[in-house]
Amino acid sequence: MKDTPLSNCERDFLLKAIEEKKRLDGRQTYDYRNIKITFGTDYGCCFVDLGKTRVMAQVSCELVAPKETRPNEGVLFFNIELSPMASPAFEQGRQSELSVKLNRQLERCFRNSKCIDTESLCVVSGEKVWQIRVDVHTLNHDGNLMDAASIAAITALCHFRRPDVSIQGEDITVYTPEERDPIPLSIYHMPISSASPSFNRERICCGSM
Amino acid sequence: MLSALRDKVGQVLLPGDTFVCQPEDTLSLSASARKDTAVCGPGLRRSGDRVTVCVSGLLRHKAPNVFWIQAHGKRYVPAKGECVIGIVTAKSGDVFKVDVGASELASLSYLSFEGATKRNRPNVQVGDLVYAQFLVANKDMEPELVCIDGAGRANGMGVFGAGGLMVKVSLGLVRRLLAPGSELMADLSGLFPSEMVLGLNGRVWVKSSSLQQTLIITNLLQSCEHLSNEQRRALFLKGQTGGAVTGSRLGLPCVHNCGIFMQKITEYFVLCIGNYGSKIGVLIASFEISI
Repeated sequence: MKDTPLSNCERDFLLKAIEEKKRLDGRQTYDYRNIKITFGTDYGCCFVDLGKTRVMAQVSCELVAPKETRPNEGVLFFNIELSPMASPAFEQGRQSELSVKLNRQLERCFRNSKCIDTESLCVVSGEKVWQIRVDVHTLNHDGNLMDAASIAAITALCHFRRPDVSIQGEDITVYTPEERDPIPLSIYHMPISSASPSFNRERICCGSM
Repeated sequence: MLSALRDKVGQVLLPGDTFVCQPEDTLSLSASARKDTAVCGPGLRRSGDRVTVCVSGLLRHKAPNVFWIQAHGKRYVPAKGECVIGIVTAKSGDVFKVDVGASELASLSYLSFEGATKRNRPNVQVGDLVYAQFLVANKDMEPELVCIDGAGRANGMGVFGAGGLMVKVSLGLVRRLLAPGSELMADLSGLFPSEMVLGLNGRVWVKSSSLQQTLIITNLLQSCEHLSNEQRRALFLKGQTGGAVTGSRLGLPCVHNCGIFMQKITEYFVLCIGNYGSKIGVLIASFEISI
């Protein structure tokens, strides 16, 4: 299904409202919508509400072989799912332009900023490293999925605990949460994206939170 | 079966619930209609010898024998005879393609306007809003709209919309507004002098004397979905006297549609219970629990 088209009367109304510096839901020009963050029962599960936009992030980890070019660094994998639950315009399984853009921006935001210490994720250099996988699911699309997704991802990463590991010679023992307390990831800083729309080359919303 | 249906009036039914026809319920082709036959409305479907429920909601009854399911939802399914607001998306030959918020685009012929002939075409552009009625709406065919009634008169239908704002609300809210003697409608019309067009597909168009008043009306409309009558009147009073009204500043906890919903927040537990039906009562209790 395609997105609902914008009718002429809505377009005219919006243009008039922008001229009078009024936003449709009564916010001031530079106001952000209410952000609410809640956590699920598992470590690494986080829900973010940005007004009516709702996303969920879930972090999980797995021991894998590292990349050949970086044998002593862990692997970070980000995936954002645009499900039809969020909006009738999203189709299940199809890679739309928006989903590609969001995935790419999430990767740039977290991987390139080096906010997570990937070297601490190494268990045995060249053989076993932790792969941290962040899945972001969109539950309701009411605008600004990127901001909600980035807040959800970094909060879930901070909330997440990975299992404790010990190495004796050749043996690697992964402890369950009952045997030994799981360890948090080492995160240096929290990068968050903040959308700042501009209209006719004039900024109508500031990027501060 | 009529008695079985009557017993369940006012109860919540789920898709898949069935009512089996008794032997005395079937009519022979030559018999005339009896007074004790049940008429199935929206949400009830007859398949073979049983009546099945296909949407979840409350079973409603209107004397003498009409039964239907009152459901709460946002996605519209076209039904014959319903008046909706559509957005014209394309002109292809003699037919306009109109988006009504359903899974398919509906078609609207240019001859289905009042006083339209092959020489005298109606002035409809892409992006215009139309208020039209469904002529054909079933699951096997493309939905068709018309802007005239049976006698050829427009009766309020046609192109409209300059200067107003259109918003999307849930289907249940529009039905509440259109119910005869609706308090919600009375409260809304008492706010500011305004024009409103209500489409049964959940679209509402509002136009008032100033931009600010239009915005206030639309915001209040969208927020009175889950409010009780007293809360709504208090809110409308605040909106009318010029207080800033936004969804986030209403001071109400976040309420989600239908059913019991538990959300764990870092400091508070909020238990929300929502009811279907015209008397919407929302019970909100908040506790502080240390984790």
